[in-house]
Amino acid sequence: MTAFSTVRLQREPFDAAAEAKKLTGGRTDIGALVTFTGICRGDEAGAPIAALTLEHYPGMAEAEIERHVVEALARWPLLGVTVIHRYGRMVPGEDIVVVVTTSSHRAAAFAAAEFLMDYLKTRAPFWKQVEKAGEKTWVEAKATDDAAAGRWAAPPSRHAAE
Amino acid sequence: MKLRYFAWVRERVGKPEEDIEVPAGIATVAELMAWLPSRGEEYAHAFANPKVIRAAIDRTHVKAQAPIQGASEIAFFPPMTGG
Repeated sequence: MTAFSTVRLQREPFDAAAEAKKLTGGRTDIGALVTFTGICRGDEAGAPIAALTLEHYPGMAEAEIERHVVEALARWPLLGVTVIHRYGRMVPGEDIVVVVTTSSHRAAAFAAAEFLMDYLKTRAPFWKQVEKAGEKTWVEAKATDDAAAGRWAAPPSRHAAE
Repeated sequence: MKLRYFAWVRERVGKPEEDIEVPAGIATVAELMAWLPSRGEEYAHAFANPKVIRAAIDRTHVKAQAPIQGASEIAFFPPMTGG
């Protein structure tokens, strides 16, 4: 079983549907495809925002995501993983991040996509700044995101995910 | 040793990175965060509450107790909010 993985950071928009197609095209062994797209929302804490700017730590951000992709590949029987995370300024409605996972069966694809998103939120060195009412403020980390990442601390048995 | 700062830590320090001489006797990330405020008001402001600041040594997350010996790049930043 060969699994393909891609990790990319970029300023430009991406095409989530095209990225999903790249993992499934020409193959008949894939039975499950999960695509999660994180989108820039038009409000933060109940107030409308004008834009979001994502700062990142070049070099470390790629390395940290790749570490978690490697871990996901070890924990679940995946056939492919793609993670693309944007940085720079984006306005409401624009895609920020996409995680695509493929597997023979759905459980692994769902679990790995959630695992990767939970870790992206808490471990990948990105910081969001919002432009709201003419002011720029840094988004504060949420305890609920830490809790979501924490539930993956104990590795599940590989068979349970199949 | 190169120090890098991100998000509001960078804004408060007033620069994204710098090369500094760390005095002998400063052995851990926590000790470095305790010493930096002696470099000026901007550092005192940035590191006023070191408990909320995260660190990475050579692009790997570390805890405050981590030794800094042999590090070539240490980064300081707030809790991450990507995804």
